[in-house]
Amino acid sequence: MGRYLLRRLLQLVPVFIGTTFLIYWLVWSVPGDPFAGKCGERPCPDSFVNMMTEKFKLDEPLIVQYGNYMQNLLQGDFGQNYGGREISDIIATSYPNTLKLALVALTIEAVIGLTAGVLTGLRRNGFLDNLVLVSTLFLIALPIFVIGFVAQWLLGVQWGIVKPTVSSEMRLSELIVPGFVLGSASMAYIARLARTSIAENRRADYVRTAIAKGLPMRRVVGVHLLRNSLIPVVTLLGTDLGALMGGAIVTEGIFQVNGIGRQVFRAIVTKESATVVSIVVVLVLVYLLMNLLVDLLYAALDPRIRYE
Amino acid sequence: MRVSKRAGSAVALGAAFALVASGCSSSDSDGGDAGASADGAITIDGTQPEVGLVPANTTETGGGAIIDWIWTGLVEYPNDGSAPRNAVAESIETTDSKVYTIKIKKDTKFHDGTVVKAKNFVDAWNWGAYSPNGAQNGSFFSDIQGFADVHTEDPDGAEGPKKAPEPKAKEMSGLKVVDDFTFEVTLEAPTAVFPTKLGYSTFMPLPDAFFSQGAEAFGKKPIGNGPIKFVSWEDDVQIKLTRFDEYSLNDKMKIKDVTVKMYQDDTAAYNDLLAGNLDFQQQVPISALAGDKWKSDLGPRAIPSVTPSTGIIAFPIYDKRFQNAKLRKAISMSINRQEISDKIFFGNRKPADSWANPLTPGAKAGNCTSCQYNVEEAKKLYAESGGFTGELVMYYNADASHKEWMEAVAQQVKTNLGINARAEGVPTFAVFRQNINAGKMTGMYRAGWQQDYPDVENWVGPLYVTGGSSNDGKYSNPQVDALAKEAAAAPSLEAAHAKYAEAVALIDQDVPSIPVYFGGQQSGHSEKIKKIQLSNVGELDLTSIEL
Repeated sequence: MGRYLLRRLLQLVPVFIGTTFLIYWLVWSVPGDPFAGKCGERPCPDSFVNMMTEKFKLDEPLIVQYGNYMQNLLQGDFGQNYGGREISDIIATSYPNTLKLALVALTIEAVIGLTAGVLTGLRRNGFLDNLVLVSTLFLIALPIFVIGFVAQWLLGVQWGIVKPTVSSEMRLSELIVPGFVLGSASMAYIARLARTSIAENRRADYVRTAIAKGLPMRRVVGVHLLRNSLIPVVTLLGTDLGALMGGAIVTEGIFQVNGIGRQVFRAIVTKESATVVSIVVVLVLVYLLMNLLVDLLYAALDPRIRYE
Repeated sequence: MRVSKRAGSAVALGAAFALVASGCSSSDSDGGDAGASADGAITIDGTQPEVGLVPANTTETGGGAIIDWIWTGLVEYPNDGSAPRNAVAESIETTDSKVYTIKIKKDTKFHDGTVVKAKNFVDAWNWGAYSPNGAQNGSFFSDIQGFADVHTEDPDGAEGPKKAPEPKAKEMSGLKVVDDFTFEVTLEAPTAVFPTKLGYSTFMPLPDAFFSQGAEAFGKKPIGNGPIKFVSWEDDVQIKLTRFDEYSLNDKMKIKDVTVKMYQDDTAAYNDLLAGNLDFQQQVPISALAGDKWKSDLGPRAIPSVTPSTGIIAFPIYDKRFQNAKLRKAISMSINRQEISDKIFFGNRKPADSWANPLTPGAKAGNCTSCQYNVEEAKKLYAESGGFTGELVMYYNADASHKEWMEAVAQQVKTNLGINARAEGVPTFAVFRQNINAGKMTGMYRAGWQQDYPDVENWVGPLYVTGGSSNDGKYSNPQVDALAKEAAAAPSLEAAHAKYAEAVALIDQDVPSIPVYFGGQQSGHSEKIKKIQLSNVGELDLTSIEL
């Protein structure tokens, strides 16, 4: 177990270097001069362009720029964006907001998705099963911004139940609607995955054995059936946290959440490689660590899986 | 001209939704309740300023609006778009339009309590002009004598390997402090419009604190001299402002606190406006314009206004194919601007019929003869010009909503003249401008212009005079240049305007570009606000607000 963990952690290093370089290179190759459109319909004065080029060493070749960036990064210095703001400050203010939103979404999708999945998996073809099938199909089919705009307009403007946008305090109660919107598609997938998994394992030998030896139904389902059926669901949930954080840009925009989505978008448009890489690096780490956590959870859920 | 930087659209201003309105007002009742106003607070829509709030360094609307609120210049532009009036200036005197003696009022203060003195202006302008400071608006000081000594040009442009030489001097020789409240400005050449320019944000005074703190620290906590004082700035979230009680000039603020909330998405802001969480939105989203939805949503709280900005399609005159004036005129006359205004802009932008926007002082309505829709005449001119071979591409930046009207224009040209015309989007404004700046456009392209200061000069000098800062198509007519020079040196604004009218008549013959529409703005406010006015640039006039 310890050696497995160490090996997995060591694997993070090349992945980390590879992703950072790839992203740096991608943003660098986005066409367009970062200062060409900055001053509107007239070109910016040369003095301004020169000063910025000098300050951010933009005339150096890509590899030197990347090297400088990594060197500073290893010393804990993320650098500044073109507006003169510390990137570490951007990360510190925007990440907690996105994480909060993603966790709310994850919780909502796990609770609702799992409940619906288990209930329908146990009683297939009933009214509830059909209802869940249709509603999940609906959620999967609709693009997220449609769900977002409709929810905002209906709940926020038309009925006035919630405020249309999230305030800067990011209260939990305000995050329920955006969280639901963000997690809606995954919720549908989880419900369907859990349903299939439960339905399949329901006919497995060990379940029949458990029932035959007279265990109460609650224990059969809660301990034996659920634990074995959860593996695919946990995989989905684990990788979903990263996907939710990275994919929250649309939801963040609709509900005015000050998260990483807008920062990455803006930085890509203005070609700020350092900002994009810094934000994405943290996202990459989230992905990698969540993957590791999921793999470790397998062992806890299924005793047949062991790590050496 | 400032650029709008809403994250969702990264729009090039002038064209998308330009910001100039001619002081339009709407009031649902006879006025506000003085008691409610006195310590009232409102929340308004804004965008995160791109750089620190330093007047000479801000070229986009998010930061620009805040700078306009917290600073007052030597002159200010009335909301109705008329000629500027003195604000901090007691008097601006000149005999030859070359040497100006500026006296400033003695009792005005910065928000940190220090008195606004002549040297605060002189030092601020010298800072802005000094090229190593890299101020984005540095070129605005080029009228002043000695500018070339403090602002050196890069010998091979910003792209080249050579560096700009160190400027010879740190201060412009044309600026002289006479006493605490008087200074003298000597210009390079007579410029009648100079006093008008002084209300533009670049010419704002800076307190001593700016020079002790440095631009970067100051920009995060700016100290102005306007009716509204800066309180705090939470990046990407909000900027808080409050009334400056010691303000002694014309318009004091009637309410107390203002929160500028930074929205990423204008639809989110609009929904907040409808739900009563937001008190003012300068431009409602495009989605609300279709079928005049915004008017039925907001009722009397909808404020439509016209803005002195113009949507233009420019010719790259450096390209041989576009050097025939008859061809240019034929293309211009084959465009049915009224139809575009009605069908694509739902009447929110009016068809252009003059070279300078008619809301600008000195501009004349209807002086663009090539803006008339006349297919017969266009066909005749087209035949005389010898025609156009090959494909005529009209470029626009695809990151803002220009696709519809550009395609309509291309289609009309194709139908009416039989030219193989089409519109093509360039992915981002940055790439688009890069090609334009480099003079590498291979077809016509979308442009737009919004006045920096209210005078017809701003519609001629930068756009149609040889070497003008936005004359990207490299149009050049020595007679226009000569007239513009005479106009600049005219003893009075009236005389200058007469000369500019002559220059515009020549421009009208040459058709260096195609004005298509005049800008319009659609704003909305909450039920809380009882009285509201927009400034000459369509920004909210915070001092006018009553609750």
